[in-house]
Amino acid sequence: MSITKNNLILYIGILIFGIVAPFLFPAFKVQLSILCVLIVLATTWNIQGGEMGYNSFGNILFYGLGMYLCASVQVGMFFPLAEWTESGGEKTFVHTPTQFFQGMAFGLIVAAVVPAIVAGLIGYSILGLRGHYFAICTLGLGVAAGEISGGIEIIGAGQGFTTPPFPDVGNLDSRGEFFYFLSFFVLVLTFITVRGIYSTRFKLILNAIRDNEDKAEAMGIETMKYKIVGWMISAFFCGLAGGIMGGLVGYIDSTDVAFDGREMGVFMVLMAILGGKGTLWGPIIGATVFHIFKEGFWTFFLGWQYVALGVLIVVIVIYFPEGIMGWLREKYPERFGEVVDEKDRKAQVELK
Amino acid sequence: MISIQACLDGVLLGILFALIAYGMALQWGVMNIINIAQGDLVILGGYIAYFMYLYGIHPAWGVIVAPVVMYFVGIAIYKLVINKVVDRDLFISILATFGISILFMQLMNFAFGADVVLANSDYGTTMLFNNNVVLPNSKIFSAFISILFAVCLVIYMKKSKLGRAIRATAQNARAAKILGVDTEKVYAATFGINAALCGVAGALISITFTIHPYMGLPYTIRSFMIVIVAGLGNLPGVAMSGMGLGVFEEFADYILGTEFRIGSVFLLLVLILVYRRFKLSRKREYLK
Repeated sequence: MSITKNNLILYIGILIFGIVAPFLFPAFKVQLSILCVLIVLATTWNIQGGEMGYNSFGNILFYGLGMYLCASVQVGMFFPLAEWTESGGEKTFVHTPTQFFQGMAFGLIVAAVVPAIVAGLIGYSILGLRGHYFAICTLGLGVAAGEISGGIEIIGAGQGFTTPPFPDVGNLDSRGEFFYFLSFFVLVLTFITVRGIYSTRFKLILNAIRDNEDKAEAMGIETMKYKIVGWMISAFFCGLAGGIMGGLVGYIDSTDVAFDGREMGVFMVLMAILGGKGTLWGPIIGATVFHIFKEGFWTFFLGWQYVALGVLIVVIVIYFPEGIMGWLREKYPERFGEVVDEKDRKAQVELK
Repeated sequence: MISIQACLDGVLLGILFALIAYGMALQWGVMNIINIAQGDLVILGGYIAYFMYLYGIHPAWGVIVAPVVMYFVGIAIYKLVINKVVDRDLFISILATFGISILFMQLMNFAFGADVVLANSDYGTTMLFNNNVVLPNSKIFSAFISILFAVCLVIYMKKSKLGRAIRATAQNARAAKILGVDTEKVYAATFGINAALCGVAGALISITFTIHPYMGLPYTIRSFMIVIVAGLGNLPGVAMSGMGLGVFEEFADYILGTEFRIGSVFLLLVLILVYRRFKLSRKREYLK
């Protein structure tokens, strides 16, 4: 898939918009950064949820892991971690700007690499499960991680973990801008990677696994290898997103922020399904629409947001399982490069 | 002595788990649905008993009221949501029931508050082995009631017309339809019975233990675990693995500490699934 002229204009347009967005809407910087993180999560969920057919509820594991790792490294590089968490956010230790950015950089690297390694290690066992067993097993993993990390003393246990506050660099806006550009950079990185993957044979193999794993194996594809690699890519970016989100929120709690299966863990599945599973743009559109909806709900139905969320999940799943992209594809098949025979279409209409 | 205490507690707790798991096995076998909201139905049943307790009625009556109410709740859920996902992909049903679960959690949170509550039954305790083992009578009561309900249900499934129709649908829905079984009705009844079982279990849990709006998911996971260990339609297996899980939990509670209790349940699920996956992969098969 080569980049056509129209696509190029689109990409450059989005890139420019992404760069000027925080200056156009200065009040929404945090929201825009969260949007970037959500898009990353939805896109990476789509790699194994949509393309590979392995519907995971457990990518929250990597997200939370990344969050804790990034913050722990950022603190642990300069100060004793145990004392930091014990003091519970009181400013006994203060990061200088250099320390903060160095810590963040190393923290993000660790937050990306370690979850990927974890995914690789557990992948061989977990990815041997299929269908709903995989879904429930990963759900169990995510919740177990949350419960267990809530009992570990050094990362704050039940009382939470305050991430290092943004250092004073003289400009009040710089915190929002820093996190926005960081998350936007990760988003661009994710998009380039995913788009690169989707134009290779690797994606076709993932699709073959989704469509019929036994046949794919019979054709001589070592499915397990590709499944693990797919999951590792997913985990890599999930961890990265988690690390950024940890810094952005400023406070990590084991079950409410990091391993929040009830919120983020469902969100990423829902966003990918809303936009359309198994497409490049689906999760991006889904995440954007979902985020706008969510903020609306959260603002106007304060307190009822989870009720609305539950209803939304049920409605989307039952009435809209193909998502926005699937709906568009059915409506305008020509634009998706599908050749439609006029006679065939008429025949189908008559059949209905 | 502590181990005897843990074993007895575990067995009595496990009987309750087995009751919930039986409902799960029923709907899974008949409708091919994995209901994530199972635990939330349990908690809702518990709140019914708790409410009776608040209004001065002895919570043990909840054992009779909760299943009746929950039966209709179950039918309502079936009519609104489940009948649209019965024939679809299992993942769709998991996600849809996950949505129901979140909805129920939050509605219960609004209606009953986020406190941990329990309905006090004043049944006293029994002391065994020179007062070293403390056994609340309410636990014995709840185990007895669960066994009673399970036995009644088994007999009902064997003897009654609806029970026969349910079993026929579980074997082959299409054939059952051809032979004049109204499968739609059977599905609704199955879901209703499952919800009623959850109601009984919930009422018993509110008497013996505590309930909280967000405590549903562990019950779902426990019943799922029991069903995959025992297999569908293997009732003695469900009972045994339920008790086994109960004992495991009590020991995990004593050894690792209470904060790791739920975590150890979820980890056990992962371990069981991984164990079965490796066992089956030797025969080049996978869990279906």
